[in-house]
Parts: sequence; structure tokens; C-alpha cells
Amino acid sequence: MGFKKFLAKRAITMFGVLMATLLVTIILVGSNMDSISKQSAAQEIRQQVTNNKSLLSSFKTTAQLDSYISNEIKQRITALGLDQPWYSPQRIGLSMYKILTLDFGHAKFLTSDSGSSDVRDIILEKLPRTILLFTTATAIVSVLGIFLGTVAASKVNSKIDKITSGFAIISSSFPVWWIGVLMIFVFAFLYPIFPARATPDLSVTDPGYWGSLLYHMALPLITLVIIGFGSWAYLVRNFLVGVLQEDFIMAKRAAGIDEKRILYSHALKNAAPPIVTILALSLSGSLGGAIITEAVFDWPGMGRLYFEAISVLDLPVIIGATYVLTAFFLVSVFVADVLYGYFDPRVRRE
Amino acid sequence: MSFSPKVVWKEFSHSKIGITGIVILAVLFFMSAVAFVTIPLESFKTWNDPTSWLLYPKSAQPAWVNYFQSEKIPEHLILKPASTSQQIGPVYFLTNSFAVNYQYDGFPSDFIYQYTAKYSGSPLLQISVTRPDGIKMQLVSTSLPFVNYTATYGSMIFSTQDVIAKNIASAKNKYAFPLDGVSSEKIIFSELDKNQVLKGLYVFRVHLYDVSEKPTLVKSNLILGGKVYGIMGTDELRRDLSVGLLWGTPLALFIGITVSIGSVILGLLYGVYAGYKGRATDEVLMRFNDIIYAMPALPLLIILAVTIGNSIFLMVGFLVIFGWVGIAKVSRSMALQIKTLQYVEASKLMGQKDYKIIFKHILPQLLPYAFASIAISVPAAITTEAGLSFLGLGDPTFPTWGQILHDASSYSAAARGMWWWILPPGIMIAITGLAFVFMGQAMDGIINPKLRH
Repeated sequence: MGFKKFLAKRAITMFGVLMATLLVTIILVGSNMDSISKQSAAQEIRQQVTNNKSLLSSFKTTAQLDSYISNEIKQRITALGLDQPWYSPQRIGLSMYKILTLDFGHAKFLTSDSGSSDVRDIILEKLPRTILLFTTATAIVSVLGIFLGTVAASKVNSKIDKITSGFAIISSSFPVWWIGVLMIFVFAFLYPIFPARATPDLSVTDPGYWGSLLYHMALPLITLVIIGFGSWAYLVRNFLVGVLQEDFIMAKRAAGIDEKRILYSHALKNAAPPIVTILALSLSGSLGGAIITEAVFDWPGMGRLYFEAISVLDLPVIIGATYVLTAFFLVSVFVADVLYGYFDPRVRRE
Repeated sequence: MSFSPKVVWKEFSHSKIGITGIVILAVLFFMSAVAFVTIPLESFKTWNDPTSWLLYPKSAQPAWVNYFQSEKIPEHLILKPASTSQQIGPVYFLTNSFAVNYQYDGFPSDFIYQYTAKYSGSPLLQISVTRPDGIKMQLVSTSLPFVNYTATYGSMIFSTQDVIAKNIASAKNKYAFPLDGVSSEKIIFSELDKNQVLKGLYVFRVHLYDVSEKPTLVKSNLILGGKVYGIMGTDELRRDLSVGLLWGTPLALFIGITVSIGSVILGLLYGVYAGYKGRATDEVLMRFNDIIYAMPALPLLIILAVTIGNSIFLMVGFLVIFGWVGIAKVSRSMALQIKTLQYVEASKLMGQKDYKIIFKHILPQLLPYAFASIAISVPAAITTEAGLSFLGLGDPTFPTWGQILHDASSYSAAARGMWWWILPPGIMIAITGLAFVFMGQAMDGIINPKLRH
């Protein structure tokens, strides 16, 4: 199988996953969503009628008015296709089409900072902040982890190896968000160095906005790095230890090549495919984990948006955010697959 | 590729971290047993019922903080009585005495006497206290409501009641400072010359006199209000955190172990079936596996919890849905290898049925891997459930550790420095996770000898 065919196959699977996730989401929230759209249609009609003074005065009794309004609502619901049950194929197809074209509709309660209730505006405003925080964290974690892991692998069973492995196992047992709560407790209240709420208090147009944003980002960033780099180092160490036992390394050693050079240029290169995959996967994994982390630190990104949407059951936002999160997740999984296939041709031939 | 249980156990028992894991797990199981035996099922069902925690202090630190402090913070004491009864002529005479050796550097915040009496007629209830310096004070003297049959009557007497203040005022001339505006407990527990705590043995006595029948006190508790309580302290809603933490142990073990066993069995059967069947079956099953594998678990779990329900059993099911996929992938590739082994092919040629081959020849080979996977996937299940509970999506009727942390964060415990509310649940989650990680590591070391260098 050629690389192109491999790519195409993966891309089709990913698209299938995106559709499946979307379908599951729509089916799960469908009946709630249905009543919400019907309510909002009815509300719109009522508003229109009450705002139209001349129309209002043309009715003699309230019964007449009521029958007129309910008639209008019925017409609107038919026009919007809401008269069919929410699980009818047409309606599910329509909602999926709308979401695919990024038309998420309007949020019920939540608004963006600039006041727009369009779900797309809200998401576009929050997404960059999540990417900023988690990409920075992943970058720092991976550099630290690769460095530490290599050192540990070069001195297997040394003190530094044992400390790294121990730290990795212990740090991965603590939930990130709990460490987050602790960090807030210690560094925001016990020793007030960092702000407790990570939402910057300046407006976007203020010249000091970026400085304030970075200052507010410090605590969540430190937490993510502390909890993350240990397991990274451990993974890298394990990959490298595996590679270092291969015959070609033995041959290089026998040829008298410098141990450092073997480690950094030969072994690390061969351990690259799984490391790159883990990099892409951990980025996508952190996006999912962002929901709790951002809720703890009050970081104004996608995760907190999701959390807020859940707590007030703002379904359009939930659907939109799930879609965007899934899309990002899948893109990084896809990139991981592609990189792996590129580095390790055996995968393509499976 | 082949491991007999004996060999595995032998290797396992040589692994230090494996044994550590087992020891921690044994302690956790012991804690669960203690929870079942000492804390009756009803009391954990009333976890969310504020009325069942009325006797407890609000946001009290654990009592052991006093060991690290020179000023002893008064402990919240729920005293049980020593009961004696007598009959003098026609009068029945019941005494409940509560002795407390008061050695704290602050006054109790209040005291409450809670009782339920069973009597007929109209008995007389008297409460008095004997102080360390021998002074005896009459606090309350009241008669219970009259009934002409045997009835039970329950009530509470609070230190803030005027009748107590009036009774104490009769001892006013013994004190060297004015008593106006000083609350009752600060007078009772005070030295005579200045308003400072008088340390020593206080004995509260409750007398019940009745003429018609022998009265009994079904329930009789004296509560001295304080700011520290128990081993783990209490939260904002007066709940004893040690109860919640203790009950959280079996719940976490239940969630973790059920989810991981469920996921492993499902994944193992699915993967082995796909691998053994091969061809189109394999292709279809693995594409489906890919789809679930690539779904973002947490957002979907949240949606499931919000739309379908959040009972603890549903939660276990949801976690299994996302838990089995990785195991299915690995066990499929292992099954692919095993099915090419000669003895498997031989039994196939002899006309052995498929399910018999799978259960007799392939699955037993995968058992060590299955056990390692069970151990390894427990911590993830526990932390995910804790995370969902922390977001407020867990089962509110059970005091899981995540639930406790959720309550802590909604009452902003971190901002108020209530470390005893935040630290223990997280540490428990981590310790439980560690026990399984340790065991998984030890198993992994046996299955993949390459990592042991």
C-alpha cells in the first residue's frame, strides 16, 4: 500500500469518526434541542406580534389574538421543518449539514466577551486561548521530557533514572485538576504570587492585555508542566531503552562510536516515530482534559466555555464546542498517524 | 509468550513495587471493610441530608492540629453519658453524667443537650455542672410535658437559652468580673477572678425524676461546641469528612475495578474474535474500533452524564464504553500471532469448534496481559469518575472523593484555607491509583522483559 493510499484511508476513517461523534451528540441532545428550537420560534412570533401595534389593535378579543399567534407559530414551525419529530432522518441530516458548515445557531444564555450570542463568534473567541495555553504547555513538557528521558535512558538504573521513573509514576496518579486546586491554594492564597482566577482583568484593546494574559496564564501553565513532564520523560526513556538494545546499536558500540553520539543521533532518531506520535496525541488529549483544567483555573478558553454551557445546559454551545473539540482532536490524531506512517513504513503495509 | 500462573506469581513476589501495590490495596480493602462495619449504611445515605449532621461543627479542622500548636483549640465534643438509676421511696431517679477533662485554651462556642426521654406522667429534668474547683451550678430545671400513658419525647436544650443565664446569675457574687453580656458557656468554663478558661474536670449531670414509672433516656448527648473535630474535620455543611473519605474507598474501588474488569473482558473478547476470524469480520470490527478509539472521551462522557443520567452504575457503563478499545487492539494483534501457532491450527484441522479454540487455546495465553491491563486501567477509571464528579456531574447520592472535592470547590475551600477539605480526597485518589499502577508495573515487567534493564 502506497503512502497516498494510506493517507486516504486514514482521512476517510477520521471523517467517519467526526460524523459518528456528531451523530451521537445530536441524538443524545436531540429531544431537548427540539423543544428549545420550538420555544424560540414561538417566542420570536410573540415578539413580532406585540411589537406590531397596528396588527395588535386590529384584534377585538384576546381569543382572536391567541388563535392568530398559535396559527403563526404552527406555520413557522412547519416552515422550519420542526413539525417532524427530531429523530426523523431529514431533521438529523439538516442539523448535521448545518454543523458541518459551522452554522451552530445562537446560544441560549452564553455570549462572547464582545456580546455576540452567535455560537461561532463565541467559539472563535475562546479557541485561540485554549490553543495558546495547551500548545505552550505541551511544547515545554515535551522538550523537558525528551531531555530528561534521554538522560535517564543513558544511565539506566542510576539515581536520576530512578527519580525520573518514580516521579513519572507518582505524578501521573494525581488528577491534574486536583494539583490545580492545590496550586491555587498555595500560590494564590497562602503565598499570593499569582492571581487565583486566570481570566485576565483587562479588556482586549488595552495595551497591557498580553502581559496580563501571560501573567494569568502562569499558574495553569506551571501546573500542566509539573504534572506532564514526568510521564513524558518516562515514555521517552522506555522507547530509548528499547532501541538501545537493538543489534545495530551494539554494532555501533563495537565499532567504537562515542556513546553520546550513539544516544543522541542514532538511538533518538530511531525512537522518533513513537515520540512524535505521543506528541500529537498528548496535544489532542490535553484538549479534552482542558474542560476540567480550565474550569479549575477559570481560564477563559474552550474548556471553560464547555463547562459553563453544561452547567446552564446551553445546547447549541455544547454541540458547537463538541464539534470543534472533536475536529481538533481528530486532526491531531490524523497528524500523528501520518507522521508515524512517514517515519515507519511498516505501519503502512499492515 | 507462555506464562504459567506459578511463574508469574514467583516473579511478581520478587518485585518490590508489586508487593507495595498489593499492600496498599490490602489497606484500602481493610478501610472498605471498616466502613461497612463501623458506619451503618443509613448514615452514608444521609450524607446529603443536612438534618443528620446538626450535632457536628461547621468547617472544623481535624482535632490533631492541636498537637502542632501551643494554643489548644477547643475540640468539638459529642459526649456519651454514664447512666445510673435509683429508687428512693416512690421516686424514680435517673442520672446521666457527662465528664470532660477540659484542657483547651479557648471557651467552647456553645453547648447543647439533646435527649429523647421515655416516661409517663410529668418528670422533672434537671441539669447541673460541677466545676474543677468544686463549685456546683444548677443550669436547668424544667418538667417535661405531661402524658398519662408511656410516651417518648425528644428535645434539645441550648446554652443560649435565657433560663440558663438566669440560673447562672445566682452565682454572680463568686465572680470578680461583671457577668452582664457574657454568654453562659464563657461563665461556666471561666476562672473566678478573670474571664479565662479554667482547665480541669467538668462533670455535667442530668437528673430525671418521676413518680409514676421508671423513666429512661433513649437518647442522651451533650455537645460541647468547638473548632476542631475528629480525625478529618468537618466541611461547611457540618459533615464529618472521615465518614465521606472512608465511604469513598469502597466506592472508588468499585468504580475502578468494575470498569477495568468490564473493559478488559469486552476488549479481550472483541479483539480475539476479530483477530481469530480475520478477513471481512476483522476489517469491519476494527474500523468500528477505530471510530470509538478516536472519539474524544471526556466531552462525550459529559454529554452522556447530562442527557442520560448520572447514577453510579450508568457512570460505570459509560466508562466501559470508552475503556475497552485499546485492549481490543492489542489483544487482536496477539490473537493474530497465536492463531498461527501449530497446535491451534492442528485443533482447527481436527474440527474443533471456533469458540472452543478461542476459549481453550487463545484466551488463556492472553491472561497475564489481561491482568496487567486490569491493573493499569483502574487509575484512569477512578480519576475520570472523580473528574466528572468534580465538575458536578457525578452521582450526588454517594460521597465519592470527587464529590467531596466538588463540594469543596463550590464552597471555595481553597480561598478559605480549608486544606483538610481539599488534601485528603486527592491524596486518597492518588494512593488508590498508585496501588494499581505499581501492580501493573510489576506485571508489565514480567510480560515485557525488555523494560527491565
